[in-house]
Amino acid sequence: MIEAHLPILQVIIPLIAAPVCVFLRHPLITWALATVISWVCLAISIMLLQQVQASGEIIYEIGGWAAPWGIEYRVDTLSAWVMVIVTSVGAVVTPYAKLSAEKEIDRDRLYIFYAMLLLCETGLLGITITGDAFNLFVFLEISSLSTYVLVSMGKDRRGLTAAYRYLIMGTLGATFYIIGVGLMYMMTGTLNIADLAKLIPDVAETRTVQAALAFLTVGLAIKLALFPLHLWLPNAYAFAPSVVTVFLAATATKVAVYALIRIVFTIFGGVDILESVEIRHVLAALAIAAMFAGSAVAIYQTNIKRMLAYSSLAQIGYMILGLSMNSVTGVTAGLVHLFNHAMMKGGLFMVMGCVVYRIGSAKLDDMAGLGKQMPVTMGAFVAGGLSLIGVPLSVGFISKWTLLQAAFEKGWWPVAALIVVSSLLAVIYIWRVVEVAYFREPAAGQVAVKEAPFLMLIPMLLLIGASFYFGIDGTSTLTVAGDAAKALIGGLK
Amino acid sequence: MSLSDIRFMRRKVVLRVVSKILIPFILLFGLYVQWHGDFGPGGGFQAGVIFASAFILYALIFGVEQTRRAVPAWVTRSGLAVGVLLYAGVGVATLLLGENFLNYNALASDPIQGQHLGILLVELGVGITVCCAMITIFIAFAGRGRS
Repeated sequence: MIEAHLPILQVIIPLIAAPVCVFLRHPLITWALATVISWVCLAISIMLLQQVQASGEIIYEIGGWAAPWGIEYRVDTLSAWVMVIVTSVGAVVTPYAKLSAEKEIDRDRLYIFYAMLLLCETGLLGITITGDAFNLFVFLEISSLSTYVLVSMGKDRRGLTAAYRYLIMGTLGATFYIIGVGLMYMMTGTLNIADLAKLIPDVAETRTVQAALAFLTVGLAIKLALFPLHLWLPNAYAFAPSVVTVFLAATATKVAVYALIRIVFTIFGGVDILESVEIRHVLAALAIAAMFAGSAVAIYQTNIKRMLAYSSLAQIGYMILGLSMNSVTGVTAGLVHLFNHAMMKGGLFMVMGCVVYRIGSAKLDDMAGLGKQMPVTMGAFVAGGLSLIGVPLSVGFISKWTLLQAAFEKGWWPVAALIVVSSLLAVIYIWRVVEVAYFREPAAGQVAVKEAPFLMLIPMLLLIGASFYFGIDGTSTLTVAGDAAKALIGGLK
Repeated sequence: MSLSDIRFMRRKVVLRVVSKILIPFILLFGLYVQWHGDFGPGGGFQAGVIFASAFILYALIFGVEQTRRAVPAWVTRSGLAVGVLLYAGVGVATLLLGENFLNYNALASDPIQGQHLGILLVELGVGITVCCAMITIFIAFAGRGRS
């Protein structure tokens, strides 16, 4: 019986746990609850993925109202895959959060932190699972509003401005999205994604629907921080509490990418958008610009959290580039990079969380000599950095290799060259950190620090380990991403 | 009105008397919109805002401290959580009764009565949360720089 209700449980379990945290209030108890819930969510998402792979799409009607009138939850390989990404990051972030959050967030607000973390996970999972374009907006707002709170929670006052800026941009993005949904509703009279996919092709040539597509794309591009709409991201990631950065970097932008995929491939999948609006070319151009701009700016950062944030912009570029190729291999590359990037960037931000926990700063100059003082942490940084560069045996290599294959298939040789060159930029910014941490002597007044505590090391090593485990044997991730890609491209005529 | 001259407002007898007369009616109207939401225009969201506006009026005239005495922080904080839990709780109840999430038919032997009961409880949850959220937001802004 419970199997039938898994889709709704995936969303309401964290949703119910969040207000319960507000009642419990004790930091330790709320942390324990959040940890248990995040693991329950992981279990549910894995079960859902298995169910989908065994027996195809799962449809769940909320309130027993059939679509397109009621809201339905719809789980296919793609959404199950993204949910596994979100919940697995959630499951390693919550144990990690305990010490990191105690250090960086006021003790009497810790319970709100866990409540917001759970709400954010609710929103992200809701976006992924829902089959209704308006419901997606509601969950987008749930995740965004909780994210603004999370970003502003740290002791660093700059977090407040960063959160405010993110609020303005995020609200703009959400507004654009809802305008787009409104325009589609005007022409089709439906909000159900599957129903929209059926009805949109007939009215695709109208100005209204084309405007809708533009609004949806720009709105979601803000949410996923596609260059040049990324300005909110670096500060939000740099000044948020470390654990929040880990969670957001590994999940929030991924889910926005997912929403964009739903729009471009599912709703507008039946329309040959390449001919009517050159949206995929625009996306490809912006993605390549992001790959270079993100990496180039990352090289000049002195705050390493900010550096990694800029590197995220470049990585988002790779995902969008893969999607814009509009081929099975290209989309597979984009989708597999969703997971791979979540693992390595989550791991790298966890490293920075450990560094901040010990030295109280994320500045490059303060990290001198850390290679000896925190060998495990900095070793993890090197490993994660190698993965980011795309060295063989790491997940970064799998992503980039698939992406290169897709570019070759298309005959886009210059693009393939650009992918390789932009990867080399990653070498530079990772090396800067390695050089300071391993080869520079600590400054005279610098206090020697110990290795980070186990409770933080283990989640960090799990993510970094995963970014090599799935790099050595990428078949499982590539198979799922490939299945999802085939289903998406199959939706095209 | 800027919030800094609340002290000045305290001496305004007309405003104090009129608002004291109005507040019970605002509350009553809020309740009306709440309970008649499933028959006519209205519902939890609107009712919550109307209900909260009574407290906001009170805060404008009598000041934030006085309002916090009437609705302490723990009341609004719990209210925020209770509303969500009530909403989700109705959904979980329908799950436990063997129907889909929020399928109110399961709540009573007669499906129509079940629908009535379900929407009533869900809207009540919405009303409580919205009301507490409005009060919290107002006091958070009005009380800035005080504590």
